[in-house]
Amino acid sequence: MRITQGCFSFLPDLSDEQISAQIEYCLGREWAVGIEYTDDPHPRNTYWEMWGHPMFDLKDPKGAMMELDECRKAHCDSYIRINAFDSSRGFETVMMSFIVNRPKDEPKLHMTRTDVHSRSQTYAWDVARR
Amino acid sequence: MNTDAKTEIKGKERYKAGVLKYAQMGYWDGHYEPKDTDLIALFRITPQEGVDPIEAAAAVAGESSTATWTVVWTDRLTACDQYRAKAYRVDPVPGTPGQYFCYVAYDLILFEEGSIANLTASIIGNVFSFKPLKAARLEDMRFPVAYCKTFKGPPTGIVVERERLDKFGKPLLGATTKPKLGLSGKNYGRVVYEGLKGGLDFMKDDENINSQPFMHWRDRFLYCMEAVNKATAETGEIKGHYLNITAGTMEEMYRRAEFAKELGSVIVMVDLIVGWTAIQSISEWCRQNDMILHMHRAGHGTYTRQKNHGISFRVIAKWLRLAGVDHLHCGTAVGKLEGDPLTVQGYYNVCRETRNEVDLQRGIFFEQDWADIKKVMPVASGGIHAGQMHQLLDLFGDDVVLQFGGGTIGHPMGIQAGATANRVALEAMVLARNEGRDIANEGPDILRAAAKWCKPLEAALETWGNITFNYTSTDTSDFVPTASVSM
Repeated sequence: MRITQGCFSFLPDLSDEQISAQIEYCLGREWAVGIEYTDDPHPRNTYWEMWGHPMFDLKDPKGAMMELDECRKAHCDSYIRINAFDSSRGFETVMMSFIVNRPKDEPKLHMTRTDVHSRSQTYAWDVARR
Repeated sequence: MNTDAKTEIKGKERYKAGVLKYAQMGYWDGHYEPKDTDLIALFRITPQEGVDPIEAAAAVAGESSTATWTVVWTDRLTACDQYRAKAYRVDPVPGTPGQYFCYVAYDLILFEEGSIANLTASIIGNVFSFKPLKAARLEDMRFPVAYCKTFKGPPTGIVVERERLDKFGKPLLGATTKPKLGLSGKNYGRVVYEGLKGGLDFMKDDENINSQPFMHWRDRFLYCMEAVNKATAETGEIKGHYLNITAGTMEEMYRRAEFAKELGSVIVMVDLIVGWTAIQSISEWCRQNDMILHMHRAGHGTYTRQKNHGISFRVIAKWLRLAGVDHLHCGTAVGKLEGDPLTVQGYYNVCRETRNEVDLQRGIFFEQDWADIKKVMPVASGGIHAGQMHQLLDLFGDDVVLQFGGGTIGHPMGIQAGATANRVALEAMVLARNEGRDIANEGPDILRAAAKWCKPLEAALETWGNITFNYTSTDTSDFVPTASVSM
């Protein structure tokens, strides 16, 4: 199943040229670009592993694309996303996030229901590995 | 004795029993310079024939602060000059004979901390029925930082909402479940599931869905949360449904809010008609329970739409940001409901900026420092469709919830397809904008290109591509000629 987290999951996978253009947009706004990867796409898995720190002083998208290539070599069958951080007051958060690499076979999320009382349920999801 | 009708009378003569002009009582001071700690209100007034605009402005200041119709000696027991609001400026409204903008300053001591009920009881308590005025409208307000700091503001705010939902860099997508009345809980939840699975972030109860004979509220909550959680499992994304907890009593609202929490909902909703005190109470509950608070502005059109009388929605938006809501319906500019594009952008700026600058074209008359009060996520809802995606993104940017009710559920290929069409249109448009393309002009081409590989979008554009709502807006800026948005 195609996990649809991030900005562009309903579009065909982005080419490197398209990814680079999005990074350029982020750098133009003085956002720091960071790369993160994971094998666990659970919607509450907030902390993917960082591929180094966000690139605070980067000027050219090529630098980020080189890091992305390295990350892909090391984690070709993982999810990889690009995040962009804005440090300005009142934001100080992620401004954009999009997936740039997916495993060949994406896992499914399995939902479990637990009876609470009457018909109320507690719901939980877990990532069903093949 | 000074008999000038526009000059304050001082000394013994001021307190002789009888009737004086409001200006003579001290409610007009053309030389007054508002203090940084004053609240300022801007009224548009239409005095009756023969009533001097300055005296009318003084009357507004008087009736919204300490005055009554006659002199009372008990004023002399107080520091009455400081309690008197001061009308300090009156300008004719450009191009509208008979109407005047009047500026009134209020000392901070006149207001209780953290109470919109108290604020509104003063500012709009009496003056709108005042006989010497044919009509009055509260156009804008400026709050001093000290006053802002007495409010907690939105329980969640845009930044934390996005972090909680893990959704960044593009508008959120929603839809209101339709038909809004009559579906059973089970059928209703079906619509919610289809919309969310198809690609929307949120589904929504409409303003008048509460607990009617066809669907008890608990039934709706149970089925909707089944739909929300199942759609999350199918997509890997956090999803939500605005559960409307509006009810006849505060006790019942809390009961419904608690059940929504128990079922794991990330968001609840109330209607504006519950009133200011109820809004502040439920806002506090949301703050204590990690809940996003969605505000549907039901009923506002009765007093915001006509330019000569009532309250501008920008003022309502300011009050709601202080009172503390996370989502607020602010108009679409291009959809079926009232709102010219610049005026609507003004409301969005009130919700989202950390500081508003004076912007007369957008109806913003005052600088406003929001003192780091969190930002409200505006919601664009009502008669919008995928074919307008470029206009919506161009007008409103990323921090907005775009809600396509009919434009999702009425899709010829079904609800999921309708949701997918909207999501693809949005993502394609954000991608193109970020690549530096001129979406305002190239938007239709960008949509057509995406429709080549996305059948649901192709069908949406075929069905609604030519639908526009080009009517002249009622509530427009007085400072620029305005035009309706067309395709």
